[in-house]
Amino acid sequence: MGDLIVVLILLAIGYGFGSYAERQHYKSIREREKATLHVPIMTFGAKQSLPPAKETALFVGSVVVASDYFKTFALALRNLVGGRVLSYESLLDRGRREALLRMKEEAIAWGATELANVRINTSSLSQGGQGMISIEVIAYGTGIR
Amino acid sequence: MSNPQSRTSYLSANQRMLLTTLEGVPGKEVLEHYGIVQGSTVRAKNVGKDLLAGLKNIVGGELKGYTELLQEARHEATERMVQQAEQLGANAIVNVRFATSSVAQGAAELYVYGTAVKVM
Repeated sequence: MGDLIVVLILLAIGYGFGSYAERQHYKSIREREKATLHVPIMTFGAKQSLPPAKETALFVGSVVVASDYFKTFALALRNLVGGRVLSYESLLDRGRREALLRMKEEAIAWGATELANVRINTSSLSQGGQGMISIEVIAYGTGIR
Repeated sequence: MSNPQSRTSYLSANQRMLLTTLEGVPGKEVLEHYGIVQGSTVRAKNVGKDLLAGLKNIVGGELKGYTELLQEARHEATERMVQQAEQLGANAIVNVRFATSSVAQGAAELYVYGTAVKVM
């Protein structure tokens, strides 16, 4: 009985804080995406002719995101029946957009007018371990000015 | 979320060596190829950070400690790659790629590779 109460409390905390943090994060992501819209990100660049450039530099943005207790629990339930895991889709989406924004913001501070040949990598740090689910997303590309 | 990135900027490495994800350096010509250069580092998370991350796992969100740890590690890998290219006499590394793989529970390998070239 005591265990059940602890789990319920953790679930409530996870859901409450987790969804609050997610809303705040999405708000910040949307604002920053709007603010950095003037610099295009491209995944091509290697085999295309590029606009004349004075300088280029490598920019990297990375972030480690972790699921909250509620999401971990929801995944455990989902595992029973299979199907889409919505709560993790949003987690990965947030991570990826955050990593791209960090790369972009650093490039803009340097004075970049565009980012070419951008690559995104995702890797799990928890390696199928129990509970702890943390995912690293890294975005990198060449800034041109 | 604030940006903990400034400390681990790649610009210092960029000043010594031109790093790019492109196949060439825009506005410059590749004179010589020196082949592949690489840098890697394996890092383990420490117990303190793991404990904090364990707490953080209840509420979710970014694990700043890990983000910084991996950034530092990736920076070190890049530094090693740059040193290797310097020894070869290159002044640029093109087609740079990053890779991460978790080699064991709690340890990750950060790997960076590219082609060392001389550009003019």
